[in-house]
Amino acid sequence: MKQYLLSVYQPDGDLPPAEILEPIMRELLAWNQELRDAGAWVFGAGLHPPSTATVVRVRDSELLMTDGPFVEGKEHLGGFTVITAPDLDAAVAWGRRLAEITTLPIEVRPLQGT
Amino acid sequence: MDIARVFREEYGRAVSVLVRAFGDIDLAEEAVQDAFAEAVKRWPSSGPPPSPAGWIITTARNRAIDRLRRESTRAERQAAAILAVDEPGEEGVVGDDRLRLIFTCCHPALAPAAQVALTLRLLGGLTTAEIARAFLVPEPTMAQRLVRAKGKIRDAGIPYRVPDDLAARLRPVLAVVYLVFNEGYLASSGGELVRDDLCAEAIRLGRLLVELMPEEPEVVGLLALMLLTASRSAARTDTDGAVVLLRDQDRTRWNRHLIAEGQALVRWCLRRGAPGPYQLQAAINAVHSDSASAVDTDWPQIVALYDQLLAMAPTPIVALNRAVAVAEVAGPRAALAIVDDLNLDAYHLFHAIRADLLRRLGWVEQAADAYDAAIARADNAAERELLCRRRETLTA
Repeated sequence: MKQYLLSVYQPDGDLPPAEILEPIMRELLAWNQELRDAGAWVFGAGLHPPSTATVVRVRDSELLMTDGPFVEGKEHLGGFTVITAPDLDAAVAWGRRLAEITTLPIEVRPLQGT
Repeated sequence: MDIARVFREEYGRAVSVLVRAFGDIDLAEEAVQDAFAEAVKRWPSSGPPPSPAGWIITTARNRAIDRLRRESTRAERQAAAILAVDEPGEEGVVGDDRLRLIFTCCHPALAPAAQVALTLRLLGGLTTAEIARAFLVPEPTMAQRLVRAKGKIRDAGIPYRVPDDLAARLRPVLAVVYLVFNEGYLASSGGELVRDDLCAEAIRLGRLLVELMPEEPEVVGLLALMLLTASRSAARTDTDGAVVLLRDQDRTRWNRHLIAEGQALVRWCLRRGAPGPYQLQAAINAVHSDSASAVDTDWPQIVALYDQLLAMAPTPIVALNRAVAVAEVAGPRAALAIVDDLNLDAYHLFHAIRADLLRRLGWVEQAADAYDAAIARADNAAERELLCRRRETLTA
């Protein structure tokens, strides 16, 4: 079995209103439960917005911090799930469901050493 | 015994069997190449074995195991695989292996250019240099593309399996083969109009697909389409290498064998009654190949087939080709109305077809402008030459 990172990319700006978001969150919960029931769930989380991010660098052994995300763009990483799957087709099938639920693009990427 | 011929015919088969056994494309390729190197050394003096294909597969399999034993890290990783290696299978099983490999090479998670390169390399047995030459890219670029694609298959776990949703996954497979054919037939850039080797390779792959999936109508339709198109290649250029349009072609130079084979496949498709885009395009070409001249062509039948094709594949290119047939049935003005609605400004044939319609309407100045637009957008020297000649005859 290999492990895959499923990343959710969402547009910057305000979240959709509750009447849109709530059914999505309900379906996401059900999807997560389905993953667990199938023994495919490894780890996952939603992220606070990029404005809460801090980038850390070290220059001449001195700590440098910058406010905001590493990459500024119109979209940002909104959350992720690590799953186990026998092959890419199986991982893509999980990713497809996630894309259908969130209506957002999902990046499917294999983890090293798995 | 022509080892080069055995190589072209058996390379894909041997690689497929070894990929199944060892689950590692690079190892499979290295081992099969080792086996052919051994054949080059041995066969000239000892004579070829009774079954060259079986000999290659058995030798490659032993070489692969040798390699795994030498490379301890790989051996650990593949320990389970060695245990699973069985003797080369029956023909049916081998066929399944090649089918699996086609679906791996044409997996939709790979970019189309990577799908084409992998298919030609692993199933066609073409060298990296040959593929690079065929697609007019530097050899290191093509080598890099292949390395990257094989790396993705390995690391992302692209499966080696005939997919359950065959109909959807067949689309990129057929697209790859047709793209290879068109690259050979239309030669998007460069001087020669037809690169026969690519056409021949595409037809060979098309035959392989029909052999592996004889009941899939679109697979049969694609082979028919390529055969019927290729049947006209000798008539497509004159002795100076200049392009000759379909209506002006010397139809006695069409290849009757390819036409007969293509038409028989189209008839099989018609009996199956499950039309698809490739089958319809094949049927359109079958109507052309039935006609003694452009005037005698059953144009209403061709328009009807294009109507069906447009319903299935509503693309501006299909609409453009349909307009050419409409011009023969309803006249150039009706066709021009269709063409002018299409958003195909970047496509040289859009302007070339417009120019011909404008010429037939007697609108010389507008026709000249359209020819200029077509000439500016044509990459192929032979096609540009034809457009220039047609533009010159406007004022003659």
